[in-house]
Amino acid sequence: MSVLVVVEPEDLGDEGAGLSVVSQEVLTFARTLPGEDVDAVLVGLPCGGAPPEAVLAHCREQGVRTLHVTPEHRLERYAARAWARVVEGAAEAGGAAYLVAAGTARGNEVLAHVAAARGVPMPCNVVAVVQEEPLEVERQVVGGAVLERVALQAEGGLAIASVAGHAVAPEPAPSPGETRVEEVAVELTEADLAAQVVRVEAKEGGDTSALTGANVVVGAGRGVGGADQFDDVEALAARLGGAVGVSRVVTSLGWRPHHEQVGQTGSRIAPDLYLACGISGAIQHWAGCSSSKTIIAINTDGEAPMVTKARYAVIGDMHEVIPAVLEELS
Amino acid sequence: MTDVLVCVKRVPDTSGEVVLSADGSGVDGRYAGYTMSSHEECAVEIAVSVAGDTGGSVTVLTLGDDDSVEQLRAALAVGADEAVRIDAPADDYGPADVAAAIAEVVRARESEGRPFDLVLVGNDAADTGDHQVGIRLAHLLDRPVVAGAQEVAVVGDRLDVRSSVSGPTEVFDVPLPAVLTVWEGGVEPRYPNISGRMKAKKARVEVLEPSGVPQGSGRLGLRVLPPPASNVEVLGEGKAAAPRLVDVLRELGVVR
Ligand SMILES: Cc1cc2nc3c(=O)[nH]c(=O)nc-3n(C[C@H](O)[C@H](O)[C@H](O)COP(=O)(O)OP(=O)(O)OC[C@H]3O[C@@H](n4cnc5c(N)ncnc54)[C@H](O)[C@@H]3O)c2cc1C
Ligand SMILES: Nc1ncnc2c1ncn2[C@@H]1O[C@H](COP(=O)(O)O)[C@@H](O)[C@H]1O
Repeated sequence: MSVLVVVEPEDLGDEGAGLSVVSQEVLTFARTLPGEDVDAVLVGLPCGGAPPEAVLAHCREQGVRTLHVTPEHRLERYAARAWARVVEGAAEAGGAAYLVAAGTARGNEVLAHVAAARGVPMPCNVVAVVQEEPLEVERQVVGGAVLERVALQAEGGLAIASVAGHAVAPEPAPSPGETRVEEVAVELTEADLAAQVVRVEAKEGGDTSALTGANVVVGAGRGVGGADQFDDVEALAARLGGAVGVSRVVTSLGWRPHHEQVGQTGSRIAPDLYLACGISGAIQHWAGCSSSKTIIAINTDGEAPMVTKARYAVIGDMHEVIPAVLEELS
Repeated sequence: MTDVLVCVKRVPDTSGEVVLSADGSGVDGRYAGYTMSSHEECAVEIAVSVAGDTGGSVTVLTLGDDDSVEQLRAALAVGADEAVRIDAPADDYGPADVAAAIAEVVRARESEGRPFDLVLVGNDAADTGDHQVGIRLAHLLDRPVVAGAQEVAVVGDRLDVRSSVSGPTEVFDVPLPAVLTVWEGGVEPRYPNISGRMKAKKARVEVLEPSGVPQGSGRLGLRVLPPPASNVEVLGEGKAAAPRLVDVLRELGVVR
C-alpha cells in the first residue's frame, strides 16, 4: 500500500525546475497517511530524458520511493484528462491506495478527472488527518472559515483528496532515500486530448505569477479610493521589491486587473510580509492571505478584521502613512 | 446558434460572520442572506454573451429548494431566457449527485431535440468548494471540459477558451458540445436593468424531479474555526507611526 502524490514543477531560475512549495508540502502531508511508501508522479515538463536534478533532490529529501514520469511527448502542453491518465497509470504501477495533490487549479482538476473516471469521491482542500481508524480528515469549506470532517477510505481501490496550500509546512523525511525514476506508459485516446492547451500567451500587463511568487505583497482595498490613487502603493511595493495584491472590490470596480486579486476567487499567497492597506479582511479575502508569515494592516478602522488578525497595525489614512514610510525609507 | 445551460448554486452570503445552523449540519444564511459564487456570476455573463453573439438561448439551472428560485431570477434578470429548478435539498447532494442530476436534464433536452451545445458551471461552489461538478458532468456526458475558463468565444463549431489562472494565458480550442467551469476575472458581469428585473419576476420556472437517490456529500461534521486571539501590536496612528513601521520592516528583513 502506497500513497501517490501528483507533483508540480516550479521554475527555480538558474537551477532549472524543482518542485513547487505546495507539492513539497503535500509530500510531507502524504507521510501522515497510512501508506508504507510515498511515490510521486510528475507531469508537465519537457518529456523524455531524466527529470531535472532539482526535482530529484526534492524527491530524495521527501523520501519519495519512486518518481513516475511519462515519455509521452504529447503531454508537454497541459491537457487535464490526459494527465489524469498518466496519474492513473502511476497509481496502478505503484499499487497506490491513496492519491493526493496540492489543491491548486491544476491539482484539483487532474484529481477530479481521476475521481470522475473511477466514480470515487474527492474531498478538496484537506488540512489534516483527524482520525486514523477509520481514516477521517478535515477540509476547508466556505473559503476556509469552516472545517468539514469527511471520511477518506480506499474502498473503491483508491482514496483521492487534494490538500490545501500551506496547511502543512514541508519537512524533510526522517530517512531521506534514493528515488527511483520509472516511466509510465499511457495509451491516450482522442477524448483525452480534446481539451488541450494549444498555445500559451504572455498576459498583457503581467500575470498571477508575479503575485504568487513575491516575498512581499502590498495589498490594497477599497480604502485606496480610486483607480488613480495607486501611486504610493506601487512605489512602496517597488521599494520593498514586492508585488501589488488587491481585494475583489478593487477588481470589481475596475481599478486593477483581476490577476492581482487575492482571495477565495483570486490567488492564494504566502509571502514573508503582507502589508494590507485599506482592506477590511473579509473571510473571502482572508482565505487568500492568511498563510502570509507576517501581516501588517494599515486601516482607518481599528476594529477592522484585518487589523485584529494582523501581527502589527497602523491606524490611519493609508495615503498619509505610506508616503511617510516612503520618506522614512529614502 | 449556441444554446447554453448555466448552473448556479444558492449559498449563504458569508461576507460577514459565519454562523452554523442549530444542529451544526450547515451554514445558516437566514440573517446575512444568500448569493451565488462570483465564478457563477461570470458564467452567467459568458452564457448571455455567447448566446447573444450566436443567436442562441440561455437556460439557467439550479438544484435546490423553492428559495433557490431567487438565484435563478438573478440570472433571468441579466438575460437568461429560461429557468429550471431541480427540486431537491442541495445539502443532501454531493458533487457526484449534482453532476448526475444535471446530466439527466441535459440528456432529456437532447432527446427532445433541443440539446445544449455548451454547459457552464462555476469552477467551485462558494460554500462546499468541491471543484468537481463540471468535470464529473463532462465525464457523464462524454464531452470535453476546460476548467478555469475566463474568456470564451464561439468560432464555428468550436470554442476558443482562455484561462490565466495558473500564470500566463493558456488558450484552448475545443469542439462543441462542451462543458466549461468558469473562473472569475475574464468578464465583467452586467447589472440587471429595470425591464430585466420585471421580466425575471414574471418568468416561469420549470420544476423537475431528480430520478436518482443521492449518495450524499459524506459530511460528518462542521466546525467554525474560532477567531484567533488578537495579538496585534498597534504601532501608532497616522504618519507619526511611520518610523516604527520602518523599524518593523527592518526587523523583518524586508528592507536594508
Ligand atoms: C463568493 C465570494 C467570493 C469572494 N471572493 C473574494 C476574493 O477572492 N477576494 C476578496 O478580496 N474578496 C472576495 N469577496 C468579497 C469580500 O466578501 C469583501 O467584499 C471584499 O474583500 C472587501 O474588499 P475591501 O476590504 O477592499 O473593501 P471594504 O470591505 O469596503 O473595506 C475597506 C476598508 O478600508 C478601510 N479604509 C477606508 N478608507 C481608508 C483609508 N483612507 N486608509 C486606510 N484604510 C481605509 C476601511 O476601514 C475598511 O476596513 C468575495 C465574496 C463572495 C461572496
Ligand atoms: N446545487 C447546485 N445547483 C446548481 N449548480 C450547482 C450546484 N452545486 C454545484 N453546482 C455547480 O457546480 C459548480 C462547482 O461546484 P462544486 O464542484 O461543488 O465546487 C458550481 O460553481 C455550480 O455552477
